[in-house]
Amino acid sequence: MSAATSTGAAPRTGRATRKAPDRTRPTRIRGTGIAFWLFFTPFAVGLLIFTIVPLLWGGALSFFEAKGTVLPSQFVGFANFSDFLTDTAFLYSLRTFTIFALFIVPVTMASSLFLAVLVNGIPRFQAFYRSVFFLPTACSYVVASVVWRLALFNGLDSGVVNRMLSGIGLDSIADWLSASPYWWVVLISVRLWMQVGFYMLLFLAGLQAIPSQLYEAAAVDGLNPGGWRMFRSITLPQLRTTSTAVLLLLLIAAFQAFDEFYNLTGNNPETRPPLVYLYNIALGPEQDFGHGSAGALVLTAIMVLAGLLQTWIIGFDSNDDTRRRRLPWRRRTPAVLPAGAAAATTGGGAASGAVTAAGVLAATSADLAGSGSAGGADDGAVETGGAPAAPDIIRPNEGDR
Amino acid sequence: MSTLSMAGYKKRRGGMILRYVVASALALVFLVPFYAMVKTALSTNEEIYSTTFTFWPSDPQWGRVPELLGDPRFLDALKNSAIMAVVATSLSILIAALAGYALARIPNRFARPMFMMVVIVLLIPGTTAFVPNFIIVASLGWIGTLRGLIIPGLFGAFNVFLFRQFYVNFPKEVEEAAHIDGAGYFRTFFQVIFPNTLPFASALTVLGLIGSWNAFLWPLVVAGSGQSANTVQIYLSSFLTAQTFDYGSLFMAATISLLPVLAIFFFLQRYLVAGISATGLKG
Repeated sequence: MSAATSTGAAPRTGRATRKAPDRTRPTRIRGTGIAFWLFFTPFAVGLLIFTIVPLLWGGALSFFEAKGTVLPSQFVGFANFSDFLTDTAFLYSLRTFTIFALFIVPVTMASSLFLAVLVNGIPRFQAFYRSVFFLPTACSYVVASVVWRLALFNGLDSGVVNRMLSGIGLDSIADWLSASPYWWVVLISVRLWMQVGFYMLLFLAGLQAIPSQLYEAAAVDGLNPGGWRMFRSITLPQLRTTSTAVLLLLLIAAFQAFDEFYNLTGNNPETRPPLVYLYNIALGPEQDFGHGSAGALVLTAIMVLAGLLQTWIIGFDSNDDTRRRRLPWRRRTPAVLPAGAAAATTGGGAASGAVTAAGVLAATSADLAGSGSAGGADDGAVETGGAPAAPDIIRPNEGDR
Repeated sequence: MSTLSMAGYKKRRGGMILRYVVASALALVFLVPFYAMVKTALSTNEEIYSTTFTFWPSDPQWGRVPELLGDPRFLDALKNSAIMAVVATSLSILIAALAGYALARIPNRFARPMFMMVVIVLLIPGTTAFVPNFIIVASLGWIGTLRGLIIPGLFGAFNVFLFRQFYVNFPKEVEEAAHIDGAGYFRTFFQVIFPNTLPFASALTVLGLIGSWNAFLWPLVVAGSGQSANTVQIYLSSFLTAQTFDYGSLFMAATISLLPVLAIFFFLQRYLVAGISATGLKG
């Protein structure tokens, strides 16, 4: 407040005296030095207390024995890490993740692409169908788990799926969640339902950014509009960047799966993904914060590596555009953004996958804007429905590199 | 769209009908879970366990609504969720807008290193942070409190990053005019800049509201075994591990918990879509 009142009456004190190369701010006004900190301090203090200190504390704690307390009790060196990495339960959780990812990633990709093409090819009521497919995104994983576990996949004969099975003459399944192949049906279908609409939106944006001249040229060349060959030789290659982003996003989201596993299969060692396993170590009955901190660091490292890998792949994927290659910031921006992919969830769990996802998307859209035709990328993007929300925010800015 | 308006459209009318049939069938499948939820919420217990199919409960149990709304545990959970969603979202947006503005527009030699720090923090995934965050929240004595639920999530680096990008591209003339008229940074920000940010901020707000209402892992960590800071998601989840519970009431509670999000979804959908485009889609 003091800055406001002290500078309130003061007129502009003149041009910047410093030869600052900062093009964004030609005017210089009184109280500039203090204003920066007044604006930035709330965030900086919070970041310090709730991100940096916990990280350092957790990092330190991972070298100590700390059971039932968050204070270090005995130095153990790297023992926590080696315990965690060689724990068969941890390796089993990685196996669970692998199986889960092997199904959920391709199934979600194919379904969301299919829905996007379907919705995109409908001339009327497009918004209605888009909304219906997107609606499950509003649901929480807990509510979905309640419905999946107790209504759809209830082991009783009254369960919706069991009733359908007996309707077509098959035996109903007495317990969907404690026998191996069946629990995957439940776990995969619930996540598919929850997330497919979001990825459909991404593919829709990708589809609408494809310049229509490509299709017209292909039609002139005799390809059947809307046919399979048109899809294969134009749509799919044009969606390459979006698909890469979606693929990696799905992998990262699957690695962070927690909510539905916790609520559907609980702490069953055979269906525990890494995060549920970690939760059980740190906040389960043992309250083992030494191993828990080491595990959190290991999983964080895996995700940071995945994020960097993703940056590397997306950053080099769509280099078919010469303009993009010429301007170094075009390539650099994705290097920053995909990081946001894994980062945006502040204690939100897997449920905030949508926000998480957005980070990478930013990278993708930078790519799309770069490789699309001049007007096409903007005209075709998802309707913002009257909210002119800063179309330019993500665009890499020449001024800041 | 463009593919459709081209030659061969008429020949493909059959294909078009097929598309509508497929899309409508899929739309129905997508709505089945919602339908099953509401139907179970309104069915009598006999109907829930009955194996004969009825499309709609013969005697809808609306009485469960006042029954649930008279349950202090459920009311507390709803209240906590609402407080958390509103306070956490609005404060985090404000904090991020201020910080993003400082990084983008207030000249300072620390602006660049601070921005680099934000970018580095972006690399750290939020989901595994629940262990270190629990450590700090526990040592502050905030376990089982609303403070513990809300405050650690207020400082999202991603929002700061987005606001910074937004303000970097914001037309300079507007704020220069304000400065020339004698306004300091605070007045410029709150009277000139932030009002112009509202569409963008609303988009992020809608995403934030839905995200915090539906959040599960962090509330699970903080609420712990106590019930003073249960959110509605924790309340619902606690039934899944309980031995006995009333199916109908649980489904009614789930339905009620979904209503605020659905309201946001229907009335603010343009902001939701805008938010997704703003945080990612639009180039």
